[in-house]
Amino acid sequence: MTPGCLIATFLVIGIIFVPFGLFCLQTSNHVAEINRRYDVECVPNAYRGNKQAYIKDSAISKNCTLEVKVLDHMRAPIYVYYELENFYQNHRRYVKSRSDKQLRFGAKYTGESCSPVQWDHNGFPIVPCGLIAWSLFNDTYDFTQGSKEIKVNRKNISWKSDREHKFGKNVFPSNFQNGSFIGGGKLDPTVPLSEQEDLIVWMRPSALPKFRKLYGVIEEDLEVDETINILIRNNYNTYTFGGKKSIVLSTASWLGGKNDFLGYAYIVTGSMSIFMSILFALIHVKYPRPQGDTNRLSWNRKNSNN
Amino acid sequence: MRWSKLYTFNCFRGHHGDAGADGPSSDGAGAVGGPGFSRVVHCNNPGLQKPLKYPTNYITTTKYNIITFFPKAIFEQFRRVANLYFLLTAILSLTPVCPFSPVSMIAPLAFVVGLSMLKEGLEDWRRFIQDMKVNNRKIAVHKGDGEFMYRHWEELCVGDVVKVEKDQFFPADLLLLSSSYEDGICYVETMNLDGETNLKVKRSLEATLPLEEDESFKDFQAVIRCEDPNPSLYTFTGNFEYERQVFALDPGQILLRDSKLRNTSFIYGVVIFTGHDSKVMQNSTESPSKRSRIEKKMDLIIYILFTVLMLISLISSIGFAVRIKLDLPHWWYLQPQKSNKLDDPSRPALSGIFHLITALILYGYLIPISLYVSIELVKVLQAHFINQDIHMFDEETGNTAQARTSNLNEELGQVHTVLSDKTGTLTCNQMDFLKCSIAGVSYGVGSSEVEIAAAKHMASGYDDHDMPLEDIWEENNEDEIELVEGVTFSDDRLMHGNWTKEPNSSTILLFFRILALCHTAIPETNEATGSIAYEAESPDEGAFLVAAREFGFEFFKRTQSSVFVREKHTSPNGTTEREFKILNLLEFNSKRKRMTVILKDEDGQILLFCKGADSIIFDRLAKNGRVYEVDTTRHLNDYGEAGLRTLALSYRVLEEAEYSSWNAEFLRAKTSIGPDRELQLERVSDLIERELILVGATAVEDKLQKGVPQCIDRLAQAGLKIWVLTGDKMETAINIGYACSLLRQGMKQICLSIPTGDQVAQDAKKSSLTTEQAAKESLLSQIANGSQMVKLEKDPDAAFALVIDGKALAFALEDNMKHMFLNLAIECASVICCRVSPKQKALVTRLVKEGIGQTTLAIGDGANDVGMIQEADIGVGISGVEGMQAVMASDFSISQFRFLERLLVVHGHWCYKRIAQMICYFFYKNIAFGLTIFYFEAFAGFSGQSVYDDWFMLLFNVVLTSLPVISLGVFEQDVSSEICLQFPALYQQGPKNLFFDWYRILGWMGNGLYSSLAIFFLNLCIFYDQAIRAGGQTADMAAVGTTMFTCIIWAVNMQIALTMSHFTWIQHLFVWGSITTWYVFILAYGMTLRSGDNYQILLEVLGPAPIYWAATLLVTAACNIPYLIHISYQRSCNPLDHHVIQEIKYLKKDVEDQTMWKRERSKARQKTKIGFTARVDAKIKQIKGKLHKKGPSLTIHTVS
Repeated sequence: MTPGCLIATFLVIGIIFVPFGLFCLQTSNHVAEINRRYDVECVPNAYRGNKQAYIKDSAISKNCTLEVKVLDHMRAPIYVYYELENFYQNHRRYVKSRSDKQLRFGAKYTGESCSPVQWDHNGFPIVPCGLIAWSLFNDTYDFTQGSKEIKVNRKNISWKSDREHKFGKNVFPSNFQNGSFIGGGKLDPTVPLSEQEDLIVWMRPSALPKFRKLYGVIEEDLEVDETINILIRNNYNTYTFGGKKSIVLSTASWLGGKNDFLGYAYIVTGSMSIFMSILFALIHVKYPRPQGDTNRLSWNRKNSNN
Repeated sequence: MRWSKLYTFNCFRGHHGDAGADGPSSDGAGAVGGPGFSRVVHCNNPGLQKPLKYPTNYITTTKYNIITFFPKAIFEQFRRVANLYFLLTAILSLTPVCPFSPVSMIAPLAFVVGLSMLKEGLEDWRRFIQDMKVNNRKIAVHKGDGEFMYRHWEELCVGDVVKVEKDQFFPADLLLLSSSYEDGICYVETMNLDGETNLKVKRSLEATLPLEEDESFKDFQAVIRCEDPNPSLYTFTGNFEYERQVFALDPGQILLRDSKLRNTSFIYGVVIFTGHDSKVMQNSTESPSKRSRIEKKMDLIIYILFTVLMLISLISSIGFAVRIKLDLPHWWYLQPQKSNKLDDPSRPALSGIFHLITALILYGYLIPISLYVSIELVKVLQAHFINQDIHMFDEETGNTAQARTSNLNEELGQVHTVLSDKTGTLTCNQMDFLKCSIAGVSYGVGSSEVEIAAAKHMASGYDDHDMPLEDIWEENNEDEIELVEGVTFSDDRLMHGNWTKEPNSSTILLFFRILALCHTAIPETNEATGSIAYEAESPDEGAFLVAAREFGFEFFKRTQSSVFVREKHTSPNGTTEREFKILNLLEFNSKRKRMTVILKDEDGQILLFCKGADSIIFDRLAKNGRVYEVDTTRHLNDYGEAGLRTLALSYRVLEEAEYSSWNAEFLRAKTSIGPDRELQLERVSDLIERELILVGATAVEDKLQKGVPQCIDRLAQAGLKIWVLTGDKMETAINIGYACSLLRQGMKQICLSIPTGDQVAQDAKKSSLTTEQAAKESLLSQIANGSQMVKLEKDPDAAFALVIDGKALAFALEDNMKHMFLNLAIECASVICCRVSPKQKALVTRLVKEGIGQTTLAIGDGANDVGMIQEADIGVGISGVEGMQAVMASDFSISQFRFLERLLVVHGHWCYKRIAQMICYFFYKNIAFGLTIFYFEAFAGFSGQSVYDDWFMLLFNVVLTSLPVISLGVFEQDVSSEICLQFPALYQQGPKNLFFDWYRILGWMGNGLYSSLAIFFLNLCIFYDQAIRAGGQTADMAAVGTTMFTCIIWAVNMQIALTMSHFTWIQHLFVWGSITTWYVFILAYGMTLRSGDNYQILLEVLGPAPIYWAATLLVTAACNIPYLIHISYQRSCNPLDHHVIQEIKYLKKDVEDQTMWKRERSKARQKTKIGFTARVDAKIKQIKGKLHKKGPSLTIHTVS
């Protein structure tokens, strides 16, 4: 651990990090993204003052159409996400309220872990149980370009291992959302849980109160300046807790989505390192301390002071 | 092998102790029967002796018994605050409040507590075994009708008559009734009580002298009324009622438990105090548990961390309560209407309080329970290394060094003052007759160690002051030749009868006769070999006798009136046995400083032989006796300089008439009764010890243990202060001071002592003060003078030595004077305390420990050192020949003093650095980890959710980061052991506490804080909301948690890799192995379905995502850059000593530039004023001065 060795270390870190950061930034810049908040927009003007009344009234149509302009050329696959904000999926009460066993093996594993959503008012087990499943996100999106419908592939949006191992092929929803107090979306009781990919995606709690989840994939390119219409069925209640809802269309690079931060962080760290190596090199040149210079030993220094 | 806790210094002396100490035995008789003197012993009458009133002789020193072990040991464990906290969290983990599974909380605690309790239990078991050994020793007890039977010690009762045989220990405190000698004397060795090896004489009452056979105890009846049990060893007050007469008893008749009968075939005695009532046991106290300074400081840090923990928990719970109150009702997805009391929006305060507990457990990672386990483990391993060190293995005894407690390893690296016992520790307690000066001619070609080294030094060129002494030592060690014990004398002029050819053969004959006759020793013939061993009061007498035997004057028999000597060369017809009638024997005492025998030889000539300190003898020489004075004085000075202890020998021929008139007066004085009997005797003795004729002088080397001067030298160079505390006389102590180079010629000695009784009394009369006050006044002025002298000294090379005797020390240790005394002592280069009692040793140790506030180390070998050993921060016992008490009470035991150097300079230095770095690193890594959990709370509504899987958290401290830090604690070496020894100055890093000061601790904590921020927020920003894969998937909590955890593992393991300076394959294995283990674990864990969201996380989710690897690299680098900057700065601008030496070693400069290396090695020694090096320097200066004066024609006399 000589100074020279340390200077070299800094330099090497810098030399690796800065170009890599630039490369990441470059990659990130090639990712095209459209992000559109719609929770306020989709509420009819009459209900703007009382959004909760709007969302809770099942008589009111929740349909809403947005017009989105494509700013950059987007090459397939284009990923469609919904983004929620101020939704505490990471709350302990929420995270705990599920039963992996029930999801896999069926109703007989219903237990206290799903509290408070495990039994319906008749005392039958709810499948899937727990707060997470009960609050399933249920807005839907349809895309059209002019009169042409853009197909959204909603298969394979979840992790394969989840579909194959964690959600049972023979477990079917039952007694789900049939109580008086209905949370989020309903499930088709004839489709086994392993094929309910919306649910599978939703059941992975996010780390932060603002999160994106994959909705589907558009498997055709979108050209610059095209206008697409999105028909939204705005069912999900984020108004009670003041959460925001957005729809996001994004392409992906090898690094994933648009992520400038990683690149910047690399560049900053790398340049810090280079700066340090220059600084210590200057110190080394200006106040050179020969290796193993015995004058630096404390007893010698003491003597020179005397 | 007996109790480990004898002679502990007892600061609260009981009421009885005071009464015993204050009431001198002469007037104590009046107090018998009064309060504190209630004991009644019915001798030889078990019927009358109430059996239960006094305890039996059974002793126990264990802390626990089978029933009390569990409750008591558990209680002891949970007296530690940290353990209590862990216990609390473990209990709470059983409630739903806990964020983790209960097993993860209880298992580590059970492990830690169980381990410590096991250790306690083992230690106690060992004590129990020892007690049993003692209790089951056998002793002959009177059974009635004059018959004696053997019984176990433990069955002994007060009032029993026992017969103790030669070389047995006394089983209890006894009253001596009679002995195998007619006059009822017996010789006692009190080694275990006061460490003195010389024999002490006890004398029975005249009234009980006839009780000298087993049968005579048939009808023996007596009553003893005496003081209650007390710890005062040197007092005893009581009455002995026998045959309708009352006799006063004094300590002279009391035989104390644990002393040994010597030179006497048997004695009879009555048991007065048994078991725990005996004075020895009264002196014992619980051995204090010791903790190292680092550990104490660590506790403080734990408290600080605990405060931080409380603070962030409070923040969390307030945050939680606020969230619950304001937000929860709107969070419909949590079904707030179905809340239980843990998160009830209507009662936020209550929920907040519950949450506080949750938070305390959740952030518990700030206070790592594994820290305690790891430290215990590391210390045990360190102790194992100390035990296994081959360089501290003594081939003679086959003993290795033993770390008896592993608590104090690191304290060894911070020692400031070493307090050493003398006898058995520095010296072998063996005198070698080395040289003598007879009739003005010096004989003896042997050289003392000082001379040998000085000669070599000069021979190798006295101009070169920087020449290191290393080589001298090394050669010197090879020179060690095994010689006949007690004799290193060799000079052909005197040996093998050659002395008869010398010009002054008649004087030489006298000289040898004085050696063979003027003593008080008893010869002991070994019947098997016919060789003779001498039981002498002091070892130098033994040396004289052995020397005399070598010269052909073998003392072989002593009767009450005569001494018999076998002389080889004095008569033409070979060996003759001669008898000398002893007429008078004037004993040695420290005041007289001389000893005289008056005897009649076979020709009827009356001779007076006198040996004594040179100054005393020279004062008493006759005019015609001064023929050799000049030469002898010169020789005496030479001997003194060479570190030898000297005595002058003289004789006088007495006329029959002169003798008988003097003898009449002497007998009168001897038989006079009254307080001035001693004075009278002294006066009369003085009358005859005049007009002496000088014969010569002897020089005896108090044989130091192997390597002691070198060791002291190196310790002094390492900047340690060395105090010698000895029970010996002042002269002996000073001599030893010279021998081990703590003192040297030209050093200014400040001697503190209380003037003799008369002077004080006179002073007291003048100034109308009590004797005690006068003594105090005089001491105070001595101290003041000493301090003044030190202050006024201009010469930077001047060195002072403080010598203080026990009596003066008693006053100096009083509250009002002790700080003055200590200040003076600190100024002095060496301090020697002589005539100190075991208790004073402990008191001095305490004074130094508390006064200087630095770590003290006490080293000793005997039972009298136990107090000191227990009082000091570190007690080291010499596991030598003598008893095991010191070893049992010690924290470390070594078999020779010289191993202390390696123990301190190598192991101490390493252990200190290791533990210091280890603790710092522990705090760093737990802060780095624990705080990320806290940050996450802020993003999870303070709900108590952890971003990491339970298993990660459990494994973090146990598996993933523990082994590297343990390897740091066990194997780290900043420099190799050779360099530690070559550069003793490196040791100063310990006492200066360079590696565990607040700057460093806070630095590491700051580093931990920074790392936690870097890890958490970098990851958060990277995995914020965007897709992490080309497949568009976003990160869930499991992915973020796992990535963060990966970063932590990398960061802390990289950090420790940067911290370590000593890499072997073990460290590589542990550091890189830990990181690998993490990946292996996450793979394996991901295989099992029980892992929840972490199922297949590495294989399916994170492994194929480049961003995961990119983030790991970024965060690891970012976390370690500040430390890199720190070491870069330190290395390039402000390197520490060991850095420079590392560089020198690394660049192999030491091989290329030998002179530089040697020069630095010698410079690296602290400038010292004591020790061998200083002494040799002084000697060289002196010789140079001489050369300068007398011109170059003078040849240097070097001693071969």
